Amino acid sequence: MPSEVMIRLDPKSRAAAKGLNDLTIRNLFIIPTIVFLIVFNIFPLLYSLGYSFTDFRASTNAPANFVGLQNYRDLLNDPFIWKNFSITAKYVLISVTGQVIVGFGLAMLLNRSIPAKGLITTLMLLPMMLSMAVVGLFWKLLYDPNFGIINYFLGLGKFEWLADPDMALYAIAIVDIWMWAPFVMLLSLAGLSAVPKHLYEAAEIDRAGSFYTFFRITLPLVAPILMIAIIFRTMEAFKTFDLAYVLSSQPNTELIAIRLYKMAFQEWQTGMSSAFAYIVLIMVVAITNIYVKYLNKVKAR
Amino acid sequence: MADIALQGISKKFGPNTAMRNVDIDVKDGEFFVLLGQTGAGKTTTLRIIAGLEKPDAGTVMIEGQDATAWNAAERDVALVLQQYSLYPRLTVRGNLEFPLKSRTHNLTADEIKERVERAAETLQITPLLDRKVEKLSGGEMQRVSIGRAIVRKPRVFLMDEPLSALDANLRDVLRVELKKLHQELGATFVFVTHDQVEAMSMGDKIGVLDRGKLLQVGTPNDIYAKPINTFVARSVGTPPMNLIDGMIKAGTAVLDVGGHALPLANPVGSDGQKIRFGIRPEDVVIAADAPAEAKVFDIENHGVIKILTLDLGGVHVHATVSAQMKISIDDTVRFGWKPEKVLYFDPANGRNLALT
Repeated sequence: MPSEVMIRLDPKSRAAAKGLNDLTIRNLFIIPTIVFLIVFNIFPLLYSLGYSFTDFRASTNAPANFVGLQNYRDLLNDPFIWKNFSITAKYVLISVTGQVIVGFGLAMLLNRSIPAKGLITTLMLLPMMLSMAVVGLFWKLLYDPNFGIINYFLGLGKFEWLADPDMALYAIAIVDIWMWAPFVMLLSLAGLSAVPKHLYEAAEIDRAGSFYTFFRITLPLVAPILMIAIIFRTMEAFKTFDLAYVLSSQPNTELIAIRLYKMAFQEWQTGMSSAFAYIVLIMVVAITNIYVKYLNKVKAR
Repeated sequence: MADIALQGISKKFGPNTAMRNVDIDVKDGEFFVLLGQTGAGKTTTLRIIAGLEKPDAGTVMIEGQDATAWNAAERDVALVLQQYSLYPRLTVRGNLEFPLKSRTHNLTADEIKERVERAAETLQITPLLDRKVEKLSGGEMQRVSIGRAIVRKPRVFLMDEPLSALDANLRDVLRVELKKLHQELGATFVFVTHDQVEAMSMGDKIGVLDRGKLLQVGTPNDIYAKPINTFVARSVGTPPMNLIDGMIKAGTAVLDVGGHALPLANPVGSDGQKIRFGIRPEDVVIAADAPAEAKVFDIENHGVIKILTLDLGGVHVHATVSAQMKISIDDTVRFGWKPEKVLYFDPANGRNLALT
């Protein structure tokens, strides 16, 4: 089947002169990728599935004992794990909502003829290209209660953004919004500029108000691409680790990824953490599936 | 319903001038057609009437009021575009309801329903009401977009080449329907087209635009029989009017090519004056006793008529003759014209000498 789909190699090409045929070239490109995937992704995935049913600890030489579903049972009954989950859910909700509102708003502002539009767009995209750890470190400085510029400008005195148990999670979410709203903006901008101009003119002629036009024309046409942005950002926010880890280390900001890291590499509960990782994986896949279903529905409408 | 007047409208897009000092008067209830080539400024004119573009100079009057500063919503016009511009992801009903749902109307749900259904009936799209617009054919889409224009009962209908994207048969059908619709509604229509057949068959009045200038306004008959210059003369009629250079000599036309002398009825211009003679193909006579001789260069058989292309030594002249006429390419024929139908144009600037 695949060879029928493939375009035939031009017999006069250089590749053909070197004695390569379609099949060899295909293998040349595909096999390294497949080997890489198997060694670094699929093998660890399956191996850790095995571990998740044992009490294995990578820090000792003690042999692993098969414990069946005990790890899963313990994890799902652990109130502290549930706390991690609810913190994560709150974080995802705040962060993604914020990114969509800010990103889409910026896109609406940029989706008109303004001077230096290209330059502004490029500058807006910069945060997204920085490393998470770097962003975390300099926002830590910005948030600093003693010399941080944020307190200085807001006149908040020595307000402890990252140590305050009620504020810390929001503070991290704000950084995430700052960093990733441009991503939502970029996708929204692509969606917005694809809305035909004559539709807006028709709406103007039809005396539709700006809100009505936005909800009946703009939003339905941008919805599918916005949905894709939301899927990406939800998945990413769900596994946030570095940003939160660098910024704050207190129980109220302990996201599942941080809990998982601690369990695996500080407490060395390898078997237990494998089971935990699987629970997280299943959740992410489930959430993504819900979104994709919804996306298809939006597209079909 | 309303009358529209454009007074001294000019519009530039960067270095390109789209309209130069255009004056147009459209009377209440008139079907006014703007005819012109691509880039003549037809669409710009329409958009200025609609309020989607602001003129650089000049005034737009609607119902005797200065509407230049009004926006599209205030002008209460309906616009039908070539690309339909239906609202996607809505049903036909949703599209027809759209203009009625704005707060300026204040209609009850029943009133909206009634208006939508009446419009759908008029345009024979009732069975399509609950279909998504993406699933419609081109003709159905254009009907819906016309429907969306009529539900609101606007003062003026503006149509920008609404039939151009449709295939020939459908175009004929919708042309007749639009004309009927105009009679039923009694509203003012401004219709933009590059198709002279549409212009001639639909318009009460035709305005011919060329490169931003309004050349002539008149009834289809006026435009056809008394064109103001050679451009207007050639923009209506298929095949277009023949233009042959020559001069008036002792009350007859002596053509530059071949020196053929053809009779004239009431020559406009003095003896010896250079003239560009205009004659419609149907007014060219092929007969054994005709004064001039030419070779048949090409024959197009249209069933009812044949269109001959005659070669007068380098100059081609079209003639329409009965399809029954037995003739073949390279035959030598004798031809003349109906002297009372000849038009006289100034070879220098193309102006119709009888009208200046």
